[in-house]
Amino acid sequence: MMRSKTRDPKVLLILFAVSLYILLFCIYPIGKLLVQTILPPTGDFASLFMHVVGEKTVQKAIYHTLDASLISAFFSLIIGAIFAFLITLTDIRNKTILVFLLLIPMLIPAQITAVSWLELVSPSGPLVNVLNYFNLQGASNPLYSREGVILLLSIEHAAMVFLALRAGVYTIPANVIEAARSSGATPTGTLFYIILPLMTPFLIAGLALAFVASIGNFGIPALLGIPGRYLVLSTLIYQRLSSFGPSVLESVGILSIILILMAIFGLLVQYIVNKSNKTQMVEGGKINTPFKLGRYRLAVEVASWSFLLFVSILPLIALIKTSLVPALGMDFSLENLTADNFIFAIKNDVSSRAFVNSTFLGIVTALIVALFSVPFAYMSVIRKNKIANFLSMVADAPFALPGIVLSIASIIAFIRPLPLVHFSLYNTIWIIFVAYLARFLAFGMKPVIASMMQIDKSLEEAAQTVGKDSFARIRYIILPQILPSVMAGAVLVFMGAFNELTVSSLLWSVDNETLGVVIYNLYDEGNATGAAAISILTVIVTLLIVSILSFFSRKLPKGTLPWQA
Amino acid sequence: MASIKINSVSKIFDNVAALKDINLEFIDGEFISLLGPSGCGKTTLLRILAGFEEVSDGEVFIGKELVSSKSFHVLPEKRNIGMVFQAYALWPHMSVWENVAFGLKIQKNDKKLIKKKVEEALEVVGLMEYQKRKPSELSGGQKQRVALARCMAMEPSLILFDEPLANLDLNLRESMLEEFKNFHKRLKCTMIYVTHDQGEAMALSDRIAVMGNGTVMQLGTPQEIYHKPVSEEVAKFVGRGMVVDGVVTKNITDQQAEVMILGENFIFRQHKTYLNTGDSVKVSIKSEDLRISSKGIATKVISGIYQGNSWSILLESINDQTTMLKVNSFDAPPKETEVVYIEIKDGWII
Repeated sequence: MMRSKTRDPKVLLILFAVSLYILLFCIYPIGKLLVQTILPPTGDFASLFMHVVGEKTVQKAIYHTLDASLISAFFSLIIGAIFAFLITLTDIRNKTILVFLLLIPMLIPAQITAVSWLELVSPSGPLVNVLNYFNLQGASNPLYSREGVILLLSIEHAAMVFLALRAGVYTIPANVIEAARSSGATPTGTLFYIILPLMTPFLIAGLALAFVASIGNFGIPALLGIPGRYLVLSTLIYQRLSSFGPSVLESVGILSIILILMAIFGLLVQYIVNKSNKTQMVEGGKINTPFKLGRYRLAVEVASWSFLLFVSILPLIALIKTSLVPALGMDFSLENLTADNFIFAIKNDVSSRAFVNSTFLGIVTALIVALFSVPFAYMSVIRKNKIANFLSMVADAPFALPGIVLSIASIIAFIRPLPLVHFSLYNTIWIIFVAYLARFLAFGMKPVIASMMQIDKSLEEAAQTVGKDSFARIRYIILPQILPSVMAGAVLVFMGAFNELTVSSLLWSVDNETLGVVIYNLYDEGNATGAAAISILTVIVTLLIVSILSFFSRKLPKGTLPWQA
Repeated sequence: MASIKINSVSKIFDNVAALKDINLEFIDGEFISLLGPSGCGKTTLLRILAGFEEVSDGEVFIGKELVSSKSFHVLPEKRNIGMVFQAYALWPHMSVWENVAFGLKIQKNDKKLIKKKVEEALEVVGLMEYQKRKPSELSGGQKQRVALARCMAMEPSLILFDEPLANLDLNLRESMLEEFKNFHKRLKCTMIYVTHDQGEAMALSDRIAVMGNGTVMQLGTPQEIYHKPVSEEVAKFVGRGMVVDGVVTKNITDQQAEVMILGENFIFRQHKTYLNTGDSVKVSIKSEDLRISSKGIATKVISGIYQGNSWSILLESINDQTTMLKVNSFDAPPKETEVVYIEIKDGWII
């Protein structure tokens, strides 16, 4: 058996191609960032580190990063937990719509969430009377502050905590809950004595998940924190690199190491908790007898709907309003209504170019990731090849680490001209493309891995006995069964790349802007109406993709679409 | 302790009737099995008694108290019932002792009382020395005993069992049956036991309700449902009996009649005193009532399957090739296609 495996030359070919991909796009940039920072060509790491960390601005940024990430993670956990329990355990009505509303902030990219909230709370926005009432109406938008950053991070990451906790509740066998009820425990008692203790690992993992997402978030602290003088590590790195250029790569490298350490801490917590949790429960399923909210049901429903409409729909309405008026501050009335911003968005050189660039990057990244993910997942899941398993762990890093780290790593790795061809990727669209190949491989592979795990192992063995080689087995046996998931993975990658800002924020150059960059720059320059119009267009594309994927979700195995149970 | 009254209960799930007009009455302290194939509605009925499902129509009384009706529903935690599940449903984060004590703690009982009752319950199931263990450190049988102790400590008026032995292997199942029997003797409370296994139902029950297609087909003692099935379905399901067509040739007494089956006359038990000569009837026959003999129904041997203590021989009638008979024999079967004659010693006219 073992001999036949190593003899198949095509297996070696797959392994070689996948190793090359991971080595070039994932290991090389991040490795070079680490090596250059820890073993700098001039000076030594320790003194450089102490020097950078000694700066007041850096200390503040570290403190802000921890402050904003920990507090927002805690709020995300509370929001996520409340909705996870309401949706999985109670008889609240219209669960599908509620879940969809809750997920909107997660599906919409952070920079657009930030812009839409800024428009919602702006001095000319729909909430002006509320702001006046609370005496919050100053010269500037109250969201340009620590509290603004924390608020939006909490909302942005509540959905992912919700998804993780919902999956957690489903691991509790329904009988375990029923046994508590028949022992005399009320629904509240069951929640506190049975469900919450069993959910503890998931709650900790959810907290860590939101923490890691928050330290990696760029769009929200950039749009809200920079004007509010509330710098976090990702925005400090961005500011320094965009004002001083590659000359500060050394000190910025140290900042990214600090970010990496924070992320590793969060990821480690998740890893340990998930590992210890596996031993506890074996089976699960949807609860058969939902807890009756009884006379509180209407009140709970009104509260849930109000909250979700406020955080998910109202900002988008504010965004639509802004996109339809000629200039910021003008009233939203019939005679003011204009399509000029949309015409600007489509006709303007920079934004039309950005649409082309982001679409191009999305499609090419999606295709290449899809192409590699199938043989890669095949080697790792079906053949259980040790090298492939190791590589798939490595491939997780560029997706799990903060995007700004990958961005710096890509600059450090590809700023010099490539050997042999003497052509530098830096200042071209290809550096963004190369970074996306690293960033989205793990993301696009998840659905492929999920569906491959469902394939009966005997099918592969049966094919082996007929004597087909591994290419033929993938082509005729594996691919037909997982094709929907491969396509779903590709579409998800497209969506991620199309909406991306963090990685491209440092890698873009004139002519090579992405949509995220253009929205950010326009808003930064004060063209809120133009930014709003482009945002609306990208939101429409995103929601269209989400609905198409959801429509085909019946063909996909469970867990393929991140927003479905 | 409580009697149970189920009054024309129906349950509809998404326009599909899971239970149709169920009427049952159980006496206080009775051990009742709900027996039937999967999908027959037995689990739904149990979950209605537990309060996990509401009724679509009808009423349920536990003792004298109405617990379920179309417009009224007592929540499971207010019913004072105990429940034993197939997958044990122990709380994995609590020790054995905490599992047993949980219900008493929820009721805010006095600590000394809790200690006394938990120790008593653990003593009965023989798990005193395991009290500090977590459920994951116990075997399947031990887990199910913890579940029993957990019920016992609460002193419920009614204990519901949802296929509690389905996860255990054959040997363990037998010793657990003994345990359940002793448990019932000791607690003397009403117990309702859902199972698809006739052996379990026969061994444990005072009475068995045989269910199928959302209805109760027969309620009776194990002997009644075995020897006097009321319908073809019950006859075929219980003891994997045969049902054969026959014609009445003589009404002997109100208990017995002579029936011709496949050209031969046999005497069967009956309760239909109005049977007339010439009536077509169906007769329930168990394989142990058949005997290979020198006269009787002429059959051809199809196959013989060795079952450890005896042979199960499949025969095909020579007169009517659609009728198959199954005989239990301690002797090795004759060769295949050989002709043998069959006598029927006993049977029940449905």
